Amino acid sequence: MHSILETKHINKYFLDPVKFHVLKNISIQLRNGEFVSIMGKSGCGKSTLLYILSTMDTDYDGELYIDGEKMSNLSRMDLARIRNEKIGFVFQFHYLLPEFTVLKNVMLPALKLGKASESTIKAKALEKLDMLGVVEQAHKKASQISGGQKQRVSIARALINDPKIIMGDEPTGNLDSKNSDNVFNILRRLSHEQDMSLLVVTHDVDFAKRTDRIIEMGDGVVL
Amino acid sequence: MNGFRLVLDIARTHLLSKFKQTMVAALGVTFGIGTFIIMMGFMTGLNQLLDGLVLNRTPHIQLFNKSEPTALQPLTRYQSNPRIQQFIHSVKPKAQLERIHNALPILTELRNNKQVEGATPQTTCKVFYRAGSNNLNGVLNGIEVGGEVQLFNFTDYIVEGDVNSLYRNKNTVLLGAGVAKRLSLAVGDRLQVMSTNGATYSLLIGGIFQSGLAEVDDVQSYVSLKMAQQILGVGSNYITRIHVKLHNMDKATPMSQMIEKVYPIRALDIKTANAQFDTGSDIRTLISYAVSITLLIVAGFGIYNILNMFIYEKMNDIAILKATGFTGRDVMYIFIIQALIIGLVGGALGLAIGYGGAVLIDNIPFVTEALPTVKTYPINYDPLYYITGILFALVATFLAGYLPARKAQRIDPVEIIRGQ
Repeated sequence: MHSILETKHINKYFLDPVKFHVLKNISIQLRNGEFVSIMGKSGCGKSTLLYILSTMDTDYDGELYIDGEKMSNLSRMDLARIRNEKIGFVFQFHYLLPEFTVLKNVMLPALKLGKASESTIKAKALEKLDMLGVVEQAHKKASQISGGQKQRVSIARALINDPKIIMGDEPTGNLDSKNSDNVFNILRRLSHEQDMSLLVVTHDVDFAKRTDRIIEMGDGVVL
Repeated sequence: MNGFRLVLDIARTHLLSKFKQTMVAALGVTFGIGTFIIMMGFMTGLNQLLDGLVLNRTPHIQLFNKSEPTALQPLTRYQSNPRIQQFIHSVKPKAQLERIHNALPILTELRNNKQVEGATPQTTCKVFYRAGSNNLNGVLNGIEVGGEVQLFNFTDYIVEGDVNSLYRNKNTVLLGAGVAKRLSLAVGDRLQVMSTNGATYSLLIGGIFQSGLAEVDDVQSYVSLKMAQQILGVGSNYITRIHVKLHNMDKATPMSQMIEKVYPIRALDIKTANAQFDTGSDIRTLISYAVSITLLIVAGFGIYNILNMFIYEKMNDIAILKATGFTGRDVMYIFIIQALIIGLVGGALGLAIGYGGAVLIDNIPFVTEALPTVKTYPINYDPLYYITGILFALVATFLAGYLPARKAQRIDPVEIIRGQ
């Protein structure tokens, strides 16, 4: 099966305050439509790995392929385009732009991509918000909604450009169990129905157990 | 929606959603630019006033005859042997006519010169102002009113009455303020003057003249050129002084040297006549440049500080925008646009406040003996300061926005996220 994401021998060092080998020779693969979680103790490098996989961190050795395309030597402009087009993000602290409305937050990546008209994008954003059950919050400022709602809005934003892969850094990290369940079900459904690949870093064992595969990490290596 | 419109839209949302903060940043610019304009307008206004005090009424070159000892004594001509030291005691100046020889052709020649803006003739005669049994020493200056008004701002020194009365009636006099006070005369009264050869004339006072220099106002009065010549009993070619105004004041020294070479006459240029004033003027100009540069530098740092904070507060947004696919360049444009809008709004407000402040100062009363026509503090409304102000506001905000924006462009979003 075609692999959506692949790494070959990724190494990463932190230089400050002392030289520290964070990621040691990481080679992993993610197939199309697979729902994978990365687990490990804190400080084992799982978030660092996720940021490298997401192309937001360019300071590493080794090779990274997304959708068959090599990322390691692309310019920042190209990386930004790929993030825009192929990757959706869900962060732990939901990271919405507080000054914009919920709807605008969801629309921005699509407006940046510029492939559809503004009205089409708006309709699509509303549809995604509806799917995640937060459509009635659409015209509120992002700073005015609750944490669980923010998390769902950020999932809607991750989906707006129909990415190939969604990456999450503790997407349920600061949610209660009910909201956490809710978010998991949404992600699960996306993986099943839309054949989307998902890669999620988590501490939550229950959450991880329900995914297709768990990548266990410890001290910078895949166990 | 194209890329630029999107960037503009994000910048606008940022600015409007933090309206108070935006206004504080803009007011920082406003304050800097407003102060600059008020200070420059006021300082250069005062400078111009002081310059004008001397320069406007002083001819660039004055031509007259002066009694001086002959530089080359006959004895020196006769015996030029340097080994023989000669002593001549009690050298007397050669008798000179007061009138300028060939004054009218010289005047025509000067007026035809391209460097000369204008030249006016004057005839000076010594008289006595008669008041009962008292005779006060006085000087009547015969002038061509039109030329004096046009070239030397003569009107500025007429505190009462009308300059043009000299045109209307040949027997009119513009009386020095000091003389008028001593003789308790007012406009419309008659003044008796006695010429040196004993003839008495009755002149109508058409106006009072005040230069601000007591020794001038106590002695001098102005009549028409013809009247002065009539009192002296001479013809219309009898002229004792010629005042020249040049297009460019800096040419006064070479021009006066040239005139002395060509005509048998003394030519005094303004630089020589007002050497100490020239130095003062230079220093004042230097001070105003120094102050303006200081003001702009201080304003520039203020602007930089405010915008820097403005952008660093948005680091989180930068990370989100980059994570969701906005390029470094998009992010940089967003912040530069914000900076420029703040600069434009703040700068425009600064111009308005600067202008308002200048108008306010312009209306504060300022009464001085020396300047009878000045009633309020002087302000220079030179548009150059306004243009400099707004350009500076834009350049400063651009740079102040560009430096942090460039940093935001380069930073990996993960560095911001990890720092949380």
